[in-house]
Amino acid sequence: MACVNPDGTITASAKALLGAASEPMSPEELAGKIGQPLFRVRSSLRELTGAGLLEESGEKYVATEQGKAKLKEG
Amino acid sequence: METQEEVQVMPKLPRLGEPAPEFEAVTTHGTLKLSDFKGSWLILFSHPADFTPVCTTEFIGFAQIHDKLREMNCELMGLSIDSVYSHIAWARNVEEKMGQKLTFPIIADLNKDVATKYGMVMPGESSTETSRCVFVIDDKQIVRAMIYYPLSTGRNMDEMLRLIQALQTVDKHGVATPANWRPGDQVIVPPPKTQEMAEERVKEKGMECKDWYFCKKDL
Repeated sequence: MACVNPDGTITASAKALLGAASEPMSPEELAGKIGQPLFRVRSSLRELTGAGLLEESGEKYVATEQGKAKLKEG
Repeated sequence: METQEEVQVMPKLPRLGEPAPEFEAVTTHGTLKLSDFKGSWLILFSHPADFTPVCTTEFIGFAQIHDKLREMNCELMGLSIDSVYSHIAWARNVEEKMGQKLTFPIIADLNKDVATKYGMVMPGESSTETSRCVFVIDDKQIVRAMIYYPLSTGRNMDEMLRLIQALQTVDKHGVATPANWRPGDQVIVPPPKTQEMAEERVKEKGMECKDWYFCKKDL
């Protein structure tokens, strides 16, 4: 896993992505906002959605309550 | 009595002008799919093995052109039949010993899935290592160029850049590029395909023609 460590903590790039997804955004918008390549954002979105930290609505992604709580964990 | 037929599926290798084979692979940047790169060009390249000298020079070379490639909306991804732990250790070693950070993902193709789909293993050279293969995949995920180099001989990074520049110029302007073309050089006007077009071509202005089929112009 590139975003979620075995102990459940998340990486710095995952935090940046979750922080940017406070409102629904497309992969392209997120990539532009956090300055990561689009291919990495797409991969991370897949992983974080699978972990329940993001949810997909249409073609946009937004942090779930679980995702927001994970951000606050630090 | 039932007989079991074995269906042998012949591997279909990538061909120019056709969709690049899709894959999902473990990389040093997490699990990536080829479709993650849709919308940008991609140089997918293989090397024989981590912690070997020619490969190290190539990875340093690729890393040094990465910024220029990104300016052209082109990403990089390496591959070898090594574990992701080997890739991470080698990337750290290259940064520590050679002073070059590797900024692109490297596929850990231990099950040879991608190597098989892309025909990267040349048994005449090695059955356990990929040769030095390069696949240029455009933003619509079509294979546009392929280069195959042997284990012994490192690739040329100027040519990688030139190739991307040439292909993108072809796409943008509907032209072709002659031998040794560099940005700024004249391009080739595609030859006419009918007699009528050939007759019109020789009367056209704005280009330099040696004959009806051989015309160049400035961009």
